[in-house]
Amino acid sequence: MGILLGAVAYDPKVVTIWDGFARFFAEAGLEFDYVLYTTYERQVAAHLRGDINVAWNSPLAWLQAKAAAAAAGREAHAIVMRDTDCDLTSVIAVRADSPIHTLEDLAGKRVGVGAADSPQATMIPLELLAGIGVKVEAVRHDVLLGKHGDHIGGERDAAKALMRGEVDAACMIDGNHLLFGKEGTLPAGSTRLIAVTEPYDHCNFTVLDAPTAAHRRFAELLLAMSYNDPALRPLLDLEGLKAWVPGRTHGYAPLERACRRFGLPPLGV
Amino acid sequence: MATELDLGSLGFDRGAHLLVKRALAASGQVHVRGTHPELLPHLRAWARSQGHALDGHTVTRGRADRWTGATRAGTAAPDGVVAHPEASWGFAARGALVEAGTAPQPFALHARDEVWTDDAARLYAQAAAAQWDPASIPWEDPGLDPEVEAAVVQVFTYLIENETAALLVPARFLGQLHPHFREVAQVLAIQVADEARHIEVFTRRAALRSPLLGSSTASGQASLGTLLAEPDFALAGFLLAVLGEGSFLSLLRFLAEHGDPLTRTITRLAAQDEARHVAFGLSHLQAHLRADPALRARLVAAVEGRHDALRDTAGLNADVFDSLVVLAAGSFAPGALARGWDAVARLVAEMDHGRRVRLETLGFGDDEAARLSALHTRNFM
Ligand SMILES: [Fe+2]
Ligand SMILES: [Fe+2]
Repeated sequence: MGILLGAVAYDPKVVTIWDGFARFFAEAGLEFDYVLYTTYERQVAAHLRGDINVAWNSPLAWLQAKAAAAAAGREAHAIVMRDTDCDLTSVIAVRADSPIHTLEDLAGKRVGVGAADSPQATMIPLELLAGIGVKVEAVRHDVLLGKHGDHIGGERDAAKALMRGEVDAACMIDGNHLLFGKEGTLPAGSTRLIAVTEPYDHCNFTVLDAPTAAHRRFAELLLAMSYNDPALRPLLDLEGLKAWVPGRTHGYAPLERACRRFGLPPLGV
Repeated sequence: MATELDLGSLGFDRGAHLLVKRALAASGQVHVRGTHPELLPHLRAWARSQGHALDGHTVTRGRADRWTGATRAGTAAPDGVVAHPEASWGFAARGALVEAGTAPQPFALHARDEVWTDDAARLYAQAAAAQWDPASIPWEDPGLDPEVEAAVVQVFTYLIENETAALLVPARFLGQLHPHFREVAQVLAIQVADEARHIEVFTRRAALRSPLLGSSTASGQASLGTLLAEPDFALAGFLLAVLGEGSFLSLLRFLAEHGDPLTRTITRLAAQDEARHVAFGLSHLQAHLRADPALRARLVAAVEGRHDALRDTAGLNADVFDSLVVLAAGSFAPGALARGWDAVARLVAEMDHGRRVRLETLGFGDDEAARLSALHTRNFM
């Protein structure tokens, strides 16, 4: 048995990426195909049913898979992730001229967040506030629910709302704060960061039960991919990484705390 | 161990990555300091996106390198041309470093021996320096007798049609030429611009009195159609530049000698350009023949093939021939017409002579040159 991977179609480029990797795996002699889902909830449910045997999971989907597996007496493993999935932080930005200087100052204020199920732009920042007892009015920017904030639009909408004065603060990944500066959504010097979260990890390839020989081969081929290989570089650029790294799970603790407080979204059919 | 880098107040929102990148290139590990309030979150995001490791404020260069396996697309100077530029060099400047994995561009003309001449840079420079402005020409009606003016209009109507073919043929090959052969592309491009200007000034001359121009014949268009249909760069260049534009050069000089003052001015200017077009055609065919002597037989076959294709057409528009006589005569006085007739007869002989000289320049013997010149289209172009 080979690899049947599940991925969520948050953008048309997902087809380009996995068609490209599929060619690479075929050349390496690994039987490989993929299935696209519209939401992570459907993907996790499909994974539990055995429709797929590897899932390219968001951090929230990882926790959903882990919980569902545990409930069924099974175990989930994170086998591989991107270098760019490690040690992300999210930031809470206010306008540079804002009277808000600390998280406590945000009490009762409007805080722009991303999609309700976005770990980076909603759940982890809101957990940071809730954890210190600061109650805010969260203003959601739901671009695509079920996609766990993979689509950058929610964060960008929150940033725009901040500049328009519709919210008092906005939450986003550190890299998007930098990107929004570059693209002019948040011009240099227009915002001030009042908080940076602790580092957390993002996506991983999730396997249920003990990894098989095919899983090990899949991981081995991923880890051997080099950004310096011109045939792979465009795919790695599209997927947003320079190198695949072995999976690790300690970086999901901040999101786990958020899920204990806010609850895990239920799985799809 | 790690290089110290003080960014001062410069942040990643305003170019700090340039300093970090430069420092990392010099030493694999850089300890970054600075006073920008967002320094750390932005440094973390930037380092992650570049595949560099970050420990505290210390960045360690990653292994990702976009330029592994990149190739140098020749060098910028004319002697930096290579025999077979890679399709993946595509639009890149000659001399640029091209990323490995760049998608190939389908330029059909990619063999140096088939397109290149060392004269291209010089011919382009000459052409660029010799561009003239149609607006600077005094556009006054020379006041010819209406019958003579009608003959002039007919001659220019015919010229415009031929200039149009002379524009389209190089334009077509320009789109197929590998940009590595920059100087050749420049020559073809300026040649297209030359022809555009010829079309402009000839049209203005023809339409001085009336927007209704002279006639266009089926056989004239059939002759030009065979030029445009020739898919081979060398053969099209041979038929168009060496035989066609070469003959045209004689015709333009004839008009510059016998025409009214305005006609003289514009045909003299156009003839300067045509001389360059002919020179380029001869030059790249000479180079091509040196590299591939078998081309000679294909050139012969091309003239013969075109002759056969046009065998059943009427040849030169009779109105054009008569108009040339009237134009040279300047009036319908019998004596003048006889002189005009003689001048046109000399023109036809001069065209034949010019073609033979150019064929001999390409290495054809006297007899072969005479035979091929005789097979050239009766339409001149
Ligand atoms: Fe011309
Ligand atoms: Fe020409």
